[in-house]
Amino acid sequence: MNLLALIASLLPALGAAATAAGGRDLRHVKFWSTAPVGAALLLTLLVAIDHGSGGASVHTYSIGTAGAFHVEIGTRVTGLSAIIAVLVAGVAVCVQVFSTTYLGGEPRYPSYAALISLFTAAMLTVVYSADLVVLLVGWEIMGACSYFLIGHYWEKPEARPASIKAFLMTKAGDVPFLFGIIALGVQAHSFQINAVLAVTGQDRLHHPAWIAFLLLCGVLGKSAQFPLHSWLPDAMAGPTPISALIHAATMVAAGIYVVALLYPVFALCQAVLIVMAIIAAITMTGAALCAFAQTDIKKILAYSTVSQLAYMLGGLAVGGRSQAIYLLLAHGAFKALLFLAAGVVIHRVGSNELSAMGGLRYRMPIAYTTMTIGLLALAGIPPFSGFFGKEAVLGAAYDATGEFAAPGKIVLIFGLITAGLTAAYSLRLWLGVFHGPFPDAPHEHEAKVEAPQAELIPLILLAVPAALLGVVVLFGTGFSNYLGGWYGEAGAAGADLWPGGLTTLLSLLFALGFGGLVFLAWRREEGADPAQALLGPVRPALVNGFYFDRLIDAAVVRPARAAARFVGFLDADVIDAYVRGSGTGARGLGTVLRRLQTGSVQFYLTCLFLGVVIMAAVYAYVGTVS
Amino acid sequence: MHAVYPLVLGALLFAIGLYGVLARRNAIAVLMAIELLLNAVTLNLVSFSAILRDRYGMGQIFTLFIITIAAAETGLGLAIVLLVYRQRATADLGEQRELAEPVEPVTADELSPRNVEAEVAR
Repeated sequence: MNLLALIASLLPALGAAATAAGGRDLRHVKFWSTAPVGAALLLTLLVAIDHGSGGASVHTYSIGTAGAFHVEIGTRVTGLSAIIAVLVAGVAVCVQVFSTTYLGGEPRYPSYAALISLFTAAMLTVVYSADLVVLLVGWEIMGACSYFLIGHYWEKPEARPASIKAFLMTKAGDVPFLFGIIALGVQAHSFQINAVLAVTGQDRLHHPAWIAFLLLCGVLGKSAQFPLHSWLPDAMAGPTPISALIHAATMVAAGIYVVALLYPVFALCQAVLIVMAIIAAITMTGAALCAFAQTDIKKILAYSTVSQLAYMLGGLAVGGRSQAIYLLLAHGAFKALLFLAAGVVIHRVGSNELSAMGGLRYRMPIAYTTMTIGLLALAGIPPFSGFFGKEAVLGAAYDATGEFAAPGKIVLIFGLITAGLTAAYSLRLWLGVFHGPFPDAPHEHEAKVEAPQAELIPLILLAVPAALLGVVVLFGTGFSNYLGGWYGEAGAAGADLWPGGLTTLLSLLFALGFGGLVFLAWRREEGADPAQALLGPVRPALVNGFYFDRLIDAAVVRPARAAARFVGFLDADVIDAYVRGSGTGARGLGTVLRRLQTGSVQFYLTCLFLGVVIMAAVYAYVGTVS
Repeated sequence: MHAVYPLVLGALLFAIGLYGVLARRNAIAVLMAIELLLNAVTLNLVSFSAILRDRYGMGQIFTLFIITIAAAETGLGLAIVLLVYRQRATADLGEQRELAEPVEPVTADELSPRNVEAEVAR
């Protein structure tokens, strides 16, 4: 089983190499970009079925000793990693199949497909890795791949800064993350995840709060949470299937996964949990407000991802580990679906802007149906998967006791508000894209402009879990048992995912209230943007993400530029001044000596004579002294 | 005779010759001054030969050599002076400056970092 997991994480990497090696032959690229990832999906399914709820199964290969550390790399399969791996591979297959026609005609499609496969391999490495160093390797490969993929359209002026921003912001979190991993490894005398968890479980971990904060920095960067969130909306400059991959299965999911993986480290200290809850509260509400104000449909979805990830972080902050992972799965399914459907719409309409869309429900029935399912799931309307995910997190926040009680209150209050806001922006997106008048051609509503089959099949495949993943909650504590306990142990009595009565009622009321406001605003002036009427003067601030980029510009970018200029000054005008000074000095001295070459023989002779006189005088003086 | 007279005379001759070589402008006068220098040296050689009772007469032999070479040198020098005079219508040593090093002042522009970088790039 561990061997299968190893092969599953290596197959997409091999696929990436084969795709890149094949040049521009389209059939070759299509085969090698989809088949290995598909095989990896089958293997991850086998691993997940085979593993069951069997605790942590570790198999490592020793590769030598480095200093005090015995280095062993290998795979570690728990219920948590098995199920996340299925999500990763499943979404990756859908994205690769979707891309065969969506980007198939473009000149840089081979490198794009290879990078997607590599991205998948890196995420599977993170998920299946038995030790933290290999996990970090996969983590960083994902950072590099996201940089390349966001900058895929490098001829677009907004894509280049977006890719650099994504890389730098995630790196800003990765540096503390690396230190956190080192601190864990040094204390456990091993980087094996099992060893680290064992040390944590025996309460032998020193400074757990510091380590948790260091790790949290990396998680905030990767999962796009509050201070490091602004790269994700900008990452929309990349192709749409990339967004589906990054937002649903890889990259942002990696942050949540790592918190769930090392959950005992985070749960040791209440301060960490409260900080997590506060960050989650700020992010989920702020991002939901921003999503409501955006006009670019991809940015609406991007902010909704930030908001939903904050939900998961909030779930983790209140001790709802299996609830957060369940929401991660449901979100992976419906967000991949939403992005792919948005890609279909954008290709047919030719614009990202909400104002260029409308009335598409007759023209693209399949995109309409699937996106409706995705949006219902996102808004948390029963019985779709997102409803159960959201209710599970809110229920965990409501039921939180002991050290989780204080974060629970924060998450519960902001979670309810965000539930309403989520319903509001989902409804606005749905109305804006599929209803109302079509802006350009009002009489052509009946003509269908459906996408090719290779794009529609992934939509339908993803719509099934997006709609039906809620059946998992029927198994009571089954899902939590499958995931395993905090330390990877089997069969720990886990949480029930069944929605709580009061929180469900409240969140549905919030959703109905906010959604109703949007609907009324839309009805009053059909075709107009409800955000304009409801937000009024604060809208520009929300469209620009609370001007957070300006804050970063003032706090980080400008000081960094000033420091760079100072270093440039030191180099060009201080260090180089010595180099230039030696040249200037030599030339100046040469100029002085040149003046002695007058051409007058008598002058030369006079100098010669004076020299002889001086030498004689010195000789005579020295002679008398000694 | 006391040894100081010929030596003082030699020193005086040398001083006059040195003045002539270094200060006179006329090439003929300079040649004559060189003769004075040589003669000062020969006077010294003869004097010391006598003072030190030189058994083999080396000083006197050297003197004979110097007189011979001085004659040749004067002939050669006069020929050069003649040629210079024919070519330039002057024998003034102050104006014979062809071998001087031309002095162009180094400009600040040439030393500015931008030009230095441009040179490096080239």
